[in-house]
Amino acid sequence: MAEQLLSLDDLAVQFKVGSMLAGGIKTLKAVDGVTLDVKPGECLGLVGESGCGKSTLALAIMGLVLPTRGRIHVGGQQISGDKPPDRMEMARTVQMVFQDPYASLNPRQTVRRTLADPLRLHGVGDKAEVEARVIDLMAKVGLRPEHADRYPHEFSGGQRQRIGIARALILKPKLVICDEPVSALDVSIRAQIINLLLELKDEMGLAYIMISHDLGVVEHVSDRVAVMYLGRIVEQGGWQEIFEDPRHPYTRALIAAIPDPFHRAAATVAGAKAKGEIASALNPPPGCHFNPRCPLKADLCTVETPLLGTVAPGHLAACHFRDRII
Amino acid sequence: MTGARVTGAGGNGPLLKVENLRIALQGDGVTFNAVENVSFEIGRGEAFGLVGESGCGKSITALSVMGLLRRPLSLGGGRIVLDGEEIQDASAAEMRRLRGKRVAMIFQEPMTALNPLSPVGRQIAEMFVLHQGASWREAMDRAEEALRQVRVPSPERRIRDYPHQLSGGMRQRVMIAIALACGPDLLIADEPTTALDVTVQAEIIDLMAELCAAKGTAILMISHDLGLVANMCNRVAVMYAGRIIESQVADAIFATPSHPYTRGLIDSLPRLGERARRGRQRLTEISGVVPSIQAYPAGCRFNPRCPAVTDICRTTVPEATSLPADGIVRCHHHG
Ligand SMILES: Nc1ncnc2c1ncn2[C@@H]1O[C@H](COP(=O)(O)OP(=O)(O)O)[C@@H](O)[C@H]1O
Ligand SMILES: Nc1ncnc2c1ncn2[C@@H]1O[C@H](COP(=O)(O)OP(=O)(O)O)[C@@H](O)[C@H]1O
Ligand code: SF4
Ligand SMILES: [Mg+2]
Ligand SMILES: [Mg+2]
Repeated sequence: MAEQLLSLDDLAVQFKVGSMLAGGIKTLKAVDGVTLDVKPGECLGLVGESGCGKSTLALAIMGLVLPTRGRIHVGGQQISGDKPPDRMEMARTVQMVFQDPYASLNPRQTVRRTLADPLRLHGVGDKAEVEARVIDLMAKVGLRPEHADRYPHEFSGGQRQRIGIARALILKPKLVICDEPVSALDVSIRAQIINLLLELKDEMGLAYIMISHDLGVVEHVSDRVAVMYLGRIVEQGGWQEIFEDPRHPYTRALIAAIPDPFHRAAATVAGAKAKGEIASALNPPPGCHFNPRCPLKADLCTVETPLLGTVAPGHLAACHFRDRII
Repeated sequence: MTGARVTGAGGNGPLLKVENLRIALQGDGVTFNAVENVSFEIGRGEAFGLVGESGCGKSITALSVMGLLRRPLSLGGGRIVLDGEEIQDASAAEMRRLRGKRVAMIFQEPMTALNPLSPVGRQIAEMFVLHQGASWREAMDRAEEALRQVRVPSPERRIRDYPHQLSGGMRQRVMIAIALACGPDLLIADEPTTALDVTVQAEIIDLMAELCAAKGTAILMISHDLGLVANMCNRVAVMYAGRIIESQVADAIFATPSHPYTRGLIDSLPRLGERARRGRQRLTEISGVVPSIQAYPAGCRFNPRCPAVTDICRTTVPEATSLPADGIVRCHHHG
């Protein structure tokens, strides 16, 4: 088995919300016991509705929020609640690409400074070497050398995302977390950025965690896929297993909800639609969190939390009826 | 779709006819055409889709039908005919009467259209009081029924909730209840599910389609998501940079897209199931960027990005060419 680049071991992140005055302080379980691995060079797709904990999981891996419980091994480091990461070393291991490239770039910094500053901070090379690396990476992400002295507002949305990608790659990290990297872009620009991300992955041997609500994108780019619901992983497996043989009713509901102008095989989507909306993370339903929306719900589901169980090697689903084929 | 179609007061002919619509945008000393030469028709009870990337002019086209264009935007030309009646020059008072009663609209972010200080039941009831002269007591009963129809759970309690107490999906249901309260002939839905999660989106779309079919309400569905629109509409028009560049029956637009832009859009989207069938193929890219309104190119506005471009595309605006089943395409080299 290949050495893991990232391992999450029963990771939990909780927030204290509310105030002593208004209704008291409550615990919000944003990430609730996630165990997950990513190998070097692998792309893990992470899907789930807004509020299910994807971004919190990403921030925990980045070392930007500390675990309440559990451990993160990334590169050579171990992060836990009482052991914050070494920030400099983290920056050379994990980086992030954000949804809104404009909000995530400093408006007063040229492209050159945005890319050169991290190199200087990390003492990489002399002036000439820094410049060479900046120009080389700009070319790799499809920016021209004359763009180096421009500011973010002088670029289109697609080009800004290229800058955001270059900034994430300048320290040659091993893992890049892409949090909805194309959802803020014009539809006709998205293919350019998806193709670029896949090329860079091959060329630089990167591993990705690809967070996206667009299942078409996730299927296209992922080697493996994890599906989250209210802080927990409810299904994970190879991309083909998740999309061709989904076993958790929530995974099926997500797939069934995609408008299907090409008339996909009806088998996976028939009777799979979910009812209602995701519950509040402050007050998740007992048992299986998905039970109020689930077409397969039985009495058992409201009392007993289904654990991730094996469907096939590497394919896990947390549903009492994961073996029931519909 | 339902077989029976209601026939409004105007009898035959389309419910809505937009003809050569031009929307002027007043800039610093210059006027731009934010929308030009836009024509389409919507039949009674028909679901018609308007698709295009952000900034192409979908929302302002909808606002012009509602009589809601405000400075720096104004109607620059063209006719808008609702049920046989020209409304492009209607007074503000006349338009107010039409809105809600004949044409209603819902938006991407319901919070902007709802009054944050008023319980949602009251906001629905207001429609019955204002437009149908109902008493408040009767109107509140009907508001509860309306909430039940849009499948808000426990409507008898929800009726007293303020908008901020509801989820995004529930708020959009309330908006639909308000919009459909007075049985309009046309519902304009401008990106109604863009801010929602996919499973909620699916429910809201089903709800809209079902209620409108039951009441014979026509829909003008606006979205940047071609798949979503093609799924729910009878016919679809695709806009690019202020013009309609292609319009076809929904199935045909995916089976036989005729404009290079429509083809490019369809080819550039990773389709679910595609990788299992054919392995991972590199996505087909559309080169370049969407032009800004200040820099719309001459001739065909897609020409700087088009793989089929020739000289005539750079100088001459393509006329509409007919396609089967009432379709049209505007391209010198359409497929
Ligand atoms: N800093 C925070 N303080 C309190 N609650 C938070 C914080 N960050 C996220 N949350 C809550 O944690 C849950 C997961 O949020 P998030 O990770 O952003 O989800 P996603 O990225 O999947 O949309 C949500 O209920 C959100 O409101
Ligand atoms: N109030 C306004 N002031 C100035 N320009 C506007 C205004 N509203 C819309 N526009 C411009 O008109 C064009 C079409 O806008 P819109 O109809 O909102 O696009 P869409 O809904 O297709 O995203 C855009 O270029 C937009 O910038
Ligand atoms: S455990 Fe029960 S409620 Fe949960 S997904 Fe499976 S069938 Fe549905
Ligand atoms: Mg997020
Ligand atoms: Mg709009």
